[in-house]
Amino acid sequence: MYDIKALYEAESVPHAVQLLVEHPEAQIIAGGSDVLVQIREGKRAGKELVSIYGLDELRGVSCEEDGALRIGSLTSFSHIARAPLIQEHIKVLGEAVDMVGGPQIRNIGTIGGNTCNGVTSADSASTLFAWDAIVEITGPEGVRRMPIQAFYIKAGQVNLRPGELQTAIIIPKAAYEGYKGHYIKYAMRNAMDIATIGCSVNVKLSADKQTMEDVRIAYGVAGPIPMRAVHAEERAKGRPVAGEEVRAAARAVLEDIHPRDSWRAAKDFREHIAVVLAERGLREAIRLSGGEIHA
Amino acid sequence: MPNQYKLVSCTINGKKVEKMVDVRASLTDMLRNDFRLTSVKKGCEVGECGACNVLINGETFNSCIYLAVWADGKEIVTLEGLAGPNGELSDIQQAFIDEAAVQCGFCTPGFVMSAAELLAAGREFSDDEIRKMLSGHLCRCTGYENIFRAVKKTMLRRLGKNAEADAV
Amino acid sequence: MYVGKNVTRVDAYDKVTGRTKYTDDLCDRGAYVAQVLHATIPSGRVVSMDVSAAEAIPGVIRVFTCFDLKEKHYFPTAGHPWSTDVSHQDVADRLVLTERVRFYGDDIAAVVAEDEVAAAQALRAIKVEYEEYPFVLDVQEAMKDGAPQLHEEYPNNILKHTSIRKGNYEEAIKEPGLIKVEGWYDTPTVQHCHIENFICTAEMTGDRIKIVSSTQIPHIVRRVVGQALGLPWGKIQVIKPYIGGGFGNKQDVLYEPLCAWLCMQLGGHLIKIDIPREDTFVSNRVRHAIRSHIISWVRPDGTYAARKLEAFSDQGAYASHGHSIAAKGMGCFPQLYPCDNVEADAYTVFTNKPVAGAMRGYGIPQAMWAVECHTEDVCARLGLDPIEFRRKNLMPVGFTDPFSKNELYSDTFNQCMDKGMEVTDYLRKYKEYQNQTGDVRRGIGMAVFWYNTAVWPISLETSSCRMVLNQDGSLQVQLGETEIGQGADTAYTQMTADIVGVPLDAVHVVSCQDTDVTPFGTGAYASRQTYTAGFSIRQTGALLKERILKYAHQLTRMPPYNLDIVEGNIVRITDGRVLMTLGELATEALYSLTDSQHITAESTAQIKSNAYSFGCTFAEVEVDIPLCKVKLLDIVNVHDAGTIINPALAEAQVHGGMSMGIGYGLSEKLMFDPRTGRALNNNLLDYKLSTFMDHPRLRAYFVENPEPTSAFGTKALGEPPTCSVAPAIRNAIYHATGVAVDEAPVNPHILFRRFREEGLI
Repeated sequence: MYDIKALYEAESVPHAVQLLVEHPEAQIIAGGSDVLVQIREGKRAGKELVSIYGLDELRGVSCEEDGALRIGSLTSFSHIARAPLIQEHIKVLGEAVDMVGGPQIRNIGTIGGNTCNGVTSADSASTLFAWDAIVEITGPEGVRRMPIQAFYIKAGQVNLRPGELQTAIIIPKAAYEGYKGHYIKYAMRNAMDIATIGCSVNVKLSADKQTMEDVRIAYGVAGPIPMRAVHAEERAKGRPVAGEEVRAAARAVLEDIHPRDSWRAAKDFREHIAVVLAERGLREAIRLSGGEIHA
Repeated sequence: MPNQYKLVSCTINGKKVEKMVDVRASLTDMLRNDFRLTSVKKGCEVGECGACNVLINGETFNSCIYLAVWADGKEIVTLEGLAGPNGELSDIQQAFIDEAAVQCGFCTPGFVMSAAELLAAGREFSDDEIRKMLSGHLCRCTGYENIFRAVKKTMLRRLGKNAEADAV
Repeated sequence: MYVGKNVTRVDAYDKVTGRTKYTDDLCDRGAYVAQVLHATIPSGRVVSMDVSAAEAIPGVIRVFTCFDLKEKHYFPTAGHPWSTDVSHQDVADRLVLTERVRFYGDDIAAVVAEDEVAAAQALRAIKVEYEEYPFVLDVQEAMKDGAPQLHEEYPNNILKHTSIRKGNYEEAIKEPGLIKVEGWYDTPTVQHCHIENFICTAEMTGDRIKIVSSTQIPHIVRRVVGQALGLPWGKIQVIKPYIGGGFGNKQDVLYEPLCAWLCMQLGGHLIKIDIPREDTFVSNRVRHAIRSHIISWVRPDGTYAARKLEAFSDQGAYASHGHSIAAKGMGCFPQLYPCDNVEADAYTVFTNKPVAGAMRGYGIPQAMWAVECHTEDVCARLGLDPIEFRRKNLMPVGFTDPFSKNELYSDTFNQCMDKGMEVTDYLRKYKEYQNQTGDVRRGIGMAVFWYNTAVWPISLETSSCRMVLNQDGSLQVQLGETEIGQGADTAYTQMTADIVGVPLDAVHVVSCQDTDVTPFGTGAYASRQTYTAGFSIRQTGALLKERILKYAHQLTRMPPYNLDIVEGNIVRITDGRVLMTLGELATEALYSLTDSQHITAESTAQIKSNAYSFGCTFAEVEVDIPLCKVKLLDIVNVHDAGTIINPALAEAQVHGGMSMGIGYGLSEKLMFDPRTGRALNNNLLDYKLSTFMDHPRLRAYFVENPEPTSAFGTKALGEPPTCSVAPAIRNAIYHATGVAVDEAPVNPHILFRRFREEGLI
């Protein structure tokens, strides 16, 4: 049994907003794989909860009129991984969320919960950063949208005002059309683990496959929140598809990232791995895009 | 503040049931305490070991981190629901016996339920896929080897590939 | 004959249907829940505790603190046979609750509540005031003069130091032309991680306490609870139902004394202590981290002139199994590679860390890490072939240990290595993987292990067995040796069926043990179950058979020597005629109006022998150097465990041991905050136990040389599979990369450091 003061079950999004307004101290619970664990640890014990787990309207992947992909915030990782639209347009997101924990965790864990936690290790987050995802938030004043980079404020804190909940994650068409990506989760085990560092890379090649027209590189656990490696991206953009260019871009991530020393891993180790992952990720993204790297 | 309860109506192992449950209860608590389905084991209570795994609407969930009230309207299957009415074992249960995939037995119920989900897909998975689909369970006795054999053999036999199954 | 056949586990059906009952499944829902408050400092004293807020929480029954312990009965916890020789008794240094804190996680109070939510709230509401003392976490630091002392009686924190001296080391190293090879080898603190956490319940009936516990050692628990509570041992009843793994952690008395004490304070009400996973890592037992220093003086022809070992074993805060683990590890040093001149010293040292106790292998995985890493280092240094070196230097056939009288009767090492080489295509791969370049490289390596079965002559070896003939000719069999998941009950069933002469399904081994009725036995440890129980089963079976045939003589008038029991029938040997079934005999015997007998047999076998159990591991790896990652491609264990009672179950048990060895070699390590002594990764997410995706297929092979001293030709198999895996993997990594790693586990963090040092990255 969990130490829960009271549980309010939302029956619709407006109802959820109403419950959150009525119970300003309440914590939202989606799949609960983090919230319940924290309650057990005592961190969130004795709190009120607003459960949005029953809101099927927040589940599923769809295509909006402008071609943007819309992922309902309660869509489980396993359902995202299996969604045909994801497999067709952003295969790497499916692959990334398919590396979260184990199968049962991927059945309960939601992309909304993963991002609303505000943790840097979330397997979905670096890929969402790398694909310029937009976060949709619904609250008492209606719906607002913001780039995912603005959604993350600091470790453990996201841009949700009182009464608000995240309702969708949107990938605009311009962000995915023509891009191919690769995510590498670096962890100590091949399952049931959190990333020591995670790197998501995508690339858009020129028509002749000789030039990297656009490159986007994002990391988890390279800082307190997920981040883009801006210098490295600038270093690569417009450059020819070549081994030395890829290596140079990978080395440039050190200008962007600032991992910390912790008992989980040392800073210099994380930096070393980050460079290796950027290079391997970029190589694989180029390969997926039909490019060929010489030397 | 008085305890808060909710009437949960669901199907457990094919039988429709109703129960008033404490909203603080996990599904593990409800299944073990209210329905005495003790195949649902507690090994970590935080979703890391997989011992409490059950099927909810055909998908596997660690019942320790699933609120009992969410079971309302769902179809739940525990290990107790796999055998036939007279105790006839399902093929996967028999395979766990035949392949010596059982030792202390504490992780077994959770593993069998994940295997049940895998087998229900009715298709052939690669060795790596099988490993991945069973990776939400920890076992300290078997090294997973004989569990792998049991699941793969059963998968192949269901697809009529008996010769391949025998060669696993 | 059933011995040697793959008969189905006797408990398999129940385990695949969920019918098997473990401790929690048997507990009445009216039980009070007890939770333990653990100290949050590494060393010091509890000055005061304020429990008023905790006791005011609805649902809380009582809070008991270390100050409530009026009578202080210090007790030992090791699952060792008791010794009537005081000097040989285990150290009694525990109390059910303690004021003096010796590690972060020590037990200082307990909450009893109606449910776990109230108990958890109460734990958080207790205010503790401490007086803090300096602390020490490193084993060699703890031995220094002036280091913080854990126990006054043990200067320099040394629980015990023992030595082996053979020949004259100092003289021998003066031999000209010797090559000195020296290394330091470190093993980590790891935990057993049985999937069922420790759990026990206690309640009183009359003036007796009934304890149900997830334990490997019910009879020892009875004794220790009696000692801890100052009660006559006969007033304690311990029941062991099915248990969800033990691996040595449950070869210690854990929270049974506290549970029984709480029960007594509350009028005998049923109390349950269900230890959470996080506490299992910290407040149960762990494996001793051992740091070993080896110096070998090798002749250019690849023989040893002199060898030296120093081993420093991290005991943690309390004595538990004490020095026996380091001593066992040291004991193999002069034997595995015999050498005329040996100096060995083992130190078991207290530190302010979780208590180390028994864990699968009992000092041998640590010793094999040191010895077999070192053997590879010697070969590398002298340019010798690792297999040929071992063939030349390993314990020869006929070797006899003067102390234990253990003898190597067969050419086990060569046979096991030959098998391992054959099934891994070792020679071809060893050659192919030499001198690789590039980011991703492969290697193949191996290691052997030494193990000996059971505990004689260091401790008592005894096994008692009772067989009861039922009316239908079936048997009830009871033993003090315990089923803990390894399949012991099935092996006993096979042995009994063969000895008495009945079909397998006529043997009912009583799995759930109850110290009120189960014959005395010391429990599951030291890989002794089939070896020791074999003697008492054989002896008791013969006794029962004699009684049955005597009764058969009355009924058939045939002389007993012309009768036998075959598959449940009384058979006249001379012509093979079935005279009657055993069921007919049993029914007649029980209900006879002229000579009613309940035919039973019970006997104790004291065992004064012991047996070596040897084997090896071969491992093949692929190392991604830039990623600092190792992928295990293939792993093979080969064992000579004598006659294999049940090949399928034996193979399965080897797989499990290999898996534990893989974790030991590559990923598992319990870490501590150097500033506080707090465990950092005491949960199954952060403690990197291998998952389904971290293993290749596991392969196990047996070389069967029946053990001459054994009742069924069998010997140790439970623990040996864990012993040589980690060094074999390490040696494969060395082969792949040319980088020797002397600290387990060989995880990416240490590979990063070593690859940098060696200039590979």
